[in-house]
Amino acid sequence: MLMVILAALLKFAAIVLGFVMVLATLLTLIERKQSALMQNRTGPNRAFVFGKNPLSAFVGQLIADPVKVLLKETFDPPHADTWLHRLAPGLAFIPALLMWVVIPFGPGPVPGAEGDNFFLMADLDAGVLVVFAIASLSVYGSTLGAWASRSAFSLLGGLRTAAQMVSYEVTLGLNLVGIFMIYGSLNLNDIIWAQAGYDAATGFQNAYFLGFIPKWGIITQPFAFIFFLAASIAETKRAPFDLPEAESELAAGYFTEYSSMGFAVFSLGEFIGIVVVAALGATMFLGGWHIPGLPIELTAAGQPVIASLATWLSVAAFLFKVVLLVLLQMTIRWTLPRFRYDQLMHLGWVYLLPLSLANVAITAFVLFLTR
Amino acid sequence: MIEIYEPYIPVLLIAMIVVVLAGVILLANGLLGPKRPTRLKGIPYESGVDPVDSPRHRFSVKFYMTAILFLVFDLEVVFLYPWAVNYNGFLADPGFAATAFGSMAAFLVILALGLFYEYKRGAMSWD
Repeated sequence: MLMVILAALLKFAAIVLGFVMVLATLLTLIERKQSALMQNRTGPNRAFVFGKNPLSAFVGQLIADPVKVLLKETFDPPHADTWLHRLAPGLAFIPALLMWVVIPFGPGPVPGAEGDNFFLMADLDAGVLVVFAIASLSVYGSTLGAWASRSAFSLLGGLRTAAQMVSYEVTLGLNLVGIFMIYGSLNLNDIIWAQAGYDAATGFQNAYFLGFIPKWGIITQPFAFIFFLAASIAETKRAPFDLPEAESELAAGYFTEYSSMGFAVFSLGEFIGIVVVAALGATMFLGGWHIPGLPIELTAAGQPVIASLATWLSVAAFLFKVVLLVLLQMTIRWTLPRFRYDQLMHLGWVYLLPLSLANVAITAFVLFLTR
Repeated sequence: MIEIYEPYIPVLLIAMIVVVLAGVILLANGLLGPKRPTRLKGIPYESGVDPVDSPRHRFSVKFYMTAILFLVFDLEVVFLYPWAVNYNGFLADPGFAATAFGSMAAFLVILALGLFYEYKRGAMSWD
């Protein structure tokens, strides 16, 4: 019991504090630098800590931002509902971090094997359902914050957030149905092993289509991947789906009335959300920690050998895929213009949802024919 | 009974840590930051114009429609999950494969018809 708690704490420290929070903090700056690069500007470049060079400015900005935000005045607007207003940033932040509990960031035991997963905080058979259960909670933070602010821009942003997140959640959930059909599990670790071409009967890993194409979700469900990507960008409220915080229409949307840390926690939660959907996409569609052609060394009990190089390379591969998907989302954000609100709803309900349904039906039919 | 929930112990634990983490970050700012409220600071931001009244009026019925649509379709997606996870197992049984596919195909058709009806009734148009 004590061991379980200690192990969970250590893994939390390693992956959430060591990777997710660091990446999310880096993203706040990388985002500005990337947008500057894409728009032919220089971006933040003068918070020097050691010498006048770009690296010094980069590091300095990373230190200066949190310190500044921490020392700024936080206040409750007299017109707002005080406690709801204070509570909301936390509510937006908590689900984003909590979702990491079920995402495996390294090779686990093969499906059916006994024992704990070294690279996973909680090995749940209902893994994906837990992700969706927690993800649905994140709509409360932004909507409640908007409502409690009692400001016109906030309220409009909050309404848009609620309608948008709720609409695209259906698509998000529906596009994973094909994956469950093909790989036959809701457990994220089992899904990755299936994508790695693991055969429970023979214990063979690394089976491929035509001998070289990995059995990743992006190969078996290419359309689902595209729809999933679109829906996940909408879920994280990023351009071209950034209607809830459309700067040119609504000031800052649902967090207009927030200052200092309240504001920072909202945006940090959003950046963590980007990393989470990237991790989910990498797990479901890009084979998680699987590197094609690199078999994982297994013990007799079906556990990966922790001291093996292949195991740690796989962890690095997972983190690399996550970063890759995050950068893809960033590039999309700075490439495409914003939708109009009716276009957004139209896209979600009239195109993405029926197409996702068709994708499920066709997948089921193909599996039925090739059984 | 309790063994089923044992894998959820880390989830509960980390939920508590995350709540504390969020609380500490927000409270630290409250303690460290200055407190100088003024009347002008307290006015809701509306691009420099003083607000006329509270924004909490009635809002468009479309948002309610979207919420109802979400409830309907999200529930139906959840119905698909157990079937999808067991689908390979169903197909392996030659006597049951056609039933497994046919029953869910019928369900998907009903779902699609419902979606089409909603579309025709204009539940999804935001003009």
